Amino acid sequence: MGFTFSEKVLGAKAGRPVRAGDVVTVSPDYVLSHDNSSAIIKEFRKLGLLRVKRPEKIVIVLDHIVPASEEKYAQGHKSIREFVAEQGIEKFFDVHRGVCHQVFVEEGYARPGLLVVGSDSHTTSYGALGVFSAGIGRTETASIWAVDEIWLRVPNTIRIEFRGTFPSGVSAKDVALKLIGDGGADMADYRAVEFGGPAAAGFSIASRLVLCNMAAEMGAKAGYFHPDGVTREWLKGRTEENYEEIFSDPDATFEKTLSCDLSALVPQVACPHTVDNVKTVTEIEGTKIHQALIGTCTNGRLEDLEAAGLILRGRRVHKSVRCLVLPASQQVYIEASRRGLLTLFAEAGCLILNPGCGPCLGAHEGLMAAGEVTVSTANRNFRGRMGSRDSEIYLASPATVAASALAGAIADPRKALP
Amino acid sequence: MKGKVWKYGDNVNTDVIFAGKYTYTLMPPEEMAKHALEDLDPEFAKNVRPGDVVVAGKNFGCGSSREQAAACLKSAGVQAVVARSFARIYYRNAINLGLPVLQSAEAAEALEAGDEVEIDFTAGKIRASDGREFGFPPFPDSVLGIIEAGGLIEYTKKKL
Ligand code: SF4
Repeated sequence: MGFTFSEKVLGAKAGRPVRAGDVVTVSPDYVLSHDNSSAIIKEFRKLGLLRVKRPEKIVIVLDHIVPASEEKYAQGHKSIREFVAEQGIEKFFDVHRGVCHQVFVEEGYARPGLLVVGSDSHTTSYGALGVFSAGIGRTETASIWAVDEIWLRVPNTIRIEFRGTFPSGVSAKDVALKLIGDGGADMADYRAVEFGGPAAAGFSIASRLVLCNMAAEMGAKAGYFHPDGVTREWLKGRTEENYEEIFSDPDATFEKTLSCDLSALVPQVACPHTVDNVKTVTEIEGTKIHQALIGTCTNGRLEDLEAAGLILRGRRVHKSVRCLVLPASQQVYIEASRRGLLTLFAEAGCLILNPGCGPCLGAHEGLMAAGEVTVSTANRNFRGRMGSRDSEIYLASPATVAASALAGAIADPRKALP
Repeated sequence: MKGKVWKYGDNVNTDVIFAGKYTYTLMPPEEMAKHALEDLDPEFAKNVRPGDVVVAGKNFGCGSSREQAAACLKSAGVQAVVARSFARIYYRNAINLGLPVLQSAEAAEALEAGDEVEIDFTAGKIRASDGREFGFPPFPDSVLGIIEAGGLIEYTKKKL
């Protein structure tokens, strides 16, 4: 009987063949953290150690509340900068660089076959590059800094096979929302999700990142695509390191296999206050909005900004809507600027924010008052996540959010395409 | 220790357990307790008593990896969380911080808000004061060591 991707990656790390359900103690290739590093440092200090064990494996990106909006956050950032200098941590990115998950892949740290953990739930994203990557907590991150080890249970795998092609106005976000709406927010709890099938090769890295990012909203431990030409192309020029591509065996055991026809998809929207409360755009078209957010680690890449730009070009955002554009990284920002997208957005009446998490986690920049509604390209719409507990968040693709920003209400992007 | 049941539904997420706006502030535990479940049930933090038990449906703790979502319940005195199932990062965090998370579909279904329960960790039983009894599976060996050491920090210290 063959092995799954997860069994192979974790088995290689454990130095023995392993099967789903086994518990392994492994040493990850990288461990990621962000602004929460200040809390991790506190836990690390409790261990009474002077030095982290493997500084070269630690990646820290300041992105959550950047630049610091209050003194207490400034203090947190300062303690992280001091720790980074003291410990000789070189993979440190300060407030200008972007959202950790985008920076991590741009820097070439996400390479096929690696094992990455991070104290952020959307660490699952790197599966887009054939990495086994999972979110963990802060205390265990501190413990990895100290001993370079973590226990993980080898997950069962759900395979999702894509066929067909995306109709116009429909993208990776719609397929992610459709899967979560059908399967529920715990459809893959404790499991890995393998995205494959004949249409998988047609997914860009940006689209793969959307699916693997949203795998966290399926409850998954990890989500991944098998590496292919698209992966190799992306890695060219981004890394000099060797990597080993790992694939599930053809006769590997999957817990179940789902099939998904992209051609049959229509734009999807996750309604308040859970990601699995999904409806088609047609069902809720006309729902009034006050704010639109285009960006975040889910949909803040060039491809996403292009999709929104296509709809916003030469038009004006509705007068009662604040439309926020949040590029995922500085590299995305620069390239968007080169292509004229930033000007296009500004001319359409959008507000361009600095790369980072922005309002996504509800700590600064664009919170909502009671009674307000945001339609966002982010990955979570939990009650109170972007301000008042009496505000509402709808989640959709960049195209749907752009169309809604123009209409002042949730709108079907297929009707707004030029 | 006897405690009262606080009952909630499915998919109780980490944002409603401990709001994102507080997560990047280093808060002392007593302060965290005051914000526990703030966006789900504002009555909880005001009225919770040491030994109380949170009972919920499936996928408890889904969402963010923030550990405060486990820490705030622990510092509020919650004896254990009983649910049909837990989101995986929450499950890990709770164990790493020493908050018992017990999986029992029957108890999650049958227990109601206000019921009085007692938990026998050695026997793996949840006992209601009206005589009903529910079992929960023992922890996997891998996590027992952490629980026995009193959390991951203590456990790691031993390895150093
Ligand atoms: S953009 Fe939002 S979901 Fe992504 S890492 Fe930042 S806070 Fe988390």
